[in-house]
Amino acid sequence: MAEHSPKLDSKTLWGGKESPFQTSYGKLMMWFFLVSDALTFSGLLIAYGFSRHDAQDSWPIGEETFNSMPFLGHGYPLLYVALMTFILIVSSVTMVLAVESGHRMNQKGVVKWLIATIIGGAFFVGSQAWEWSHFIHGSEFGKIELSDGSQAIVKGHFGEIDNFTVVEAGRHHKKGAVIKDDLLHEFQHAAVNGKINDDGMIRLHDGSLAKINKAKDHEMKLIIKRDGSKNKVGDTPILGKAAEKKYYEAVYAGEKNRVIYGANLEQNEYGPQQYGQFFFFITGFHGFHVFSGVIINIIILLGVISGTYQKRGHYEMVEKTGLYWHFVDLVWVFVFTFFYLV
Amino acid sequence: MERDDLIEYSLHAHHSEEKGKEIRKKIWMVTILLTVITVVEVFTGAFIKQSSWVWPFVKWGFIILTVFKASYIVLVFMHLGDEKKSLKYMILIPYFLFILYLIFIALWEALAVGDAWSTYGGA
Repeated sequence: MAEHSPKLDSKTLWGGKESPFQTSYGKLMMWFFLVSDALTFSGLLIAYGFSRHDAQDSWPIGEETFNSMPFLGHGYPLLYVALMTFILIVSSVTMVLAVESGHRMNQKGVVKWLIATIIGGAFFVGSQAWEWSHFIHGSEFGKIELSDGSQAIVKGHFGEIDNFTVVEAGRHHKKGAVIKDDLLHEFQHAAVNGKINDDGMIRLHDGSLAKINKAKDHEMKLIIKRDGSKNKVGDTPILGKAAEKKYYEAVYAGEKNRVIYGANLEQNEYGPQQYGQFFFFITGFHGFHVFSGVIINIIILLGVISGTYQKRGHYEMVEKTGLYWHFVDLVWVFVFTFFYLV
Repeated sequence: MERDDLIEYSLHAHHSEEKGKEIRKKIWMVTILLTVITVVEVFTGAFIKQSSWVWPFVKWGFIILTVFKASYIVLVFMHLGDEKKSLKYMILIPYFLFILYLIFIALWEALAVGDAWSTYGGA
């Protein structure tokens, strides 16, 4: 910290010997890098803001899109992202404690706090992997295209599929067989490809025809996200029986792509196409920063353990990687607000 | 080759045990502050719907809290507040000038594009 540096007059200050910033070359260059990286992230977030401002109401709402917890299911708006944010803030704190230990030349302290930081970072990357997987696979309902060409996202509790009873044999399944495996996956695959007809009969992979035995859905709600000839974005959501009727009209229409599950780079069940692309790019770019931060921290940890910095007389390497690590946290604070909260 | 006419700034960064205690106390205070802000944000986000009339205020509240959090991270965790003024402003001023300009231009342009879509059509 510069407050320890001796006071100098401006002639010495700009005379070449002294750095006008009174900081080491390494730290200065780290700051330069961080400013340029901050500009990159700002550019991405502002581009996101542009698309969102332009799309208005058809843009997905954070707490509707991200409301799941691992092992617990739905109904926890933003709780998991908040937990991720908390983990990253805490790992930033342990990093600053590692730097502080370094200033007191306390090698053991640096090792302890640096390990804590690495664990926090690994947790965060893991959580992001879970979130990506969840985002890509999507909900049980998916998004449907209604008969007037409008699109709606679907909320509520999906009634579980008990089994499929084969009524017409295919290459693999015999007539009368009861299928109990991989039901949701088969169901969604068939729905996307228009292989479910309006009697609730599903055409399976092997060509057999089966009856779907499914529990009733509860509290279904359709929220319009794309204008059609009748339904418009911003209309009050369609509820209950009317919602169920419209939903199964689309899913059981026997037409391709009337329902979309999850997300890929071309379409997603949450909102406009760009939404998915921004999600993958921004959180992916940030996740890659966290990942490389964890790797860099591990390398520095090895240096600390082997005593390199103790011999050198200062722990500035820890401080420099610390700057990078805090920056990653800083970016997440903004991603959290603009991607999830507002 | 070692040069003895250059100042090794890295060595200035050391501090004593007592100073360390003080710094750690500050770090924990900031931690609590950041956590409380995040918790408040999540609960407000969960309970106030975007269709509600208070939402615009909540939204701006979130943005202000975010900038608040960000400045604590930069000034305390990244020690920018303790650096020399010349370094601090060399980093902050160009960045803010550029970003404020970019935000202005992007939002303005987005309004124009949105208008164009609604005037001239499109899916």
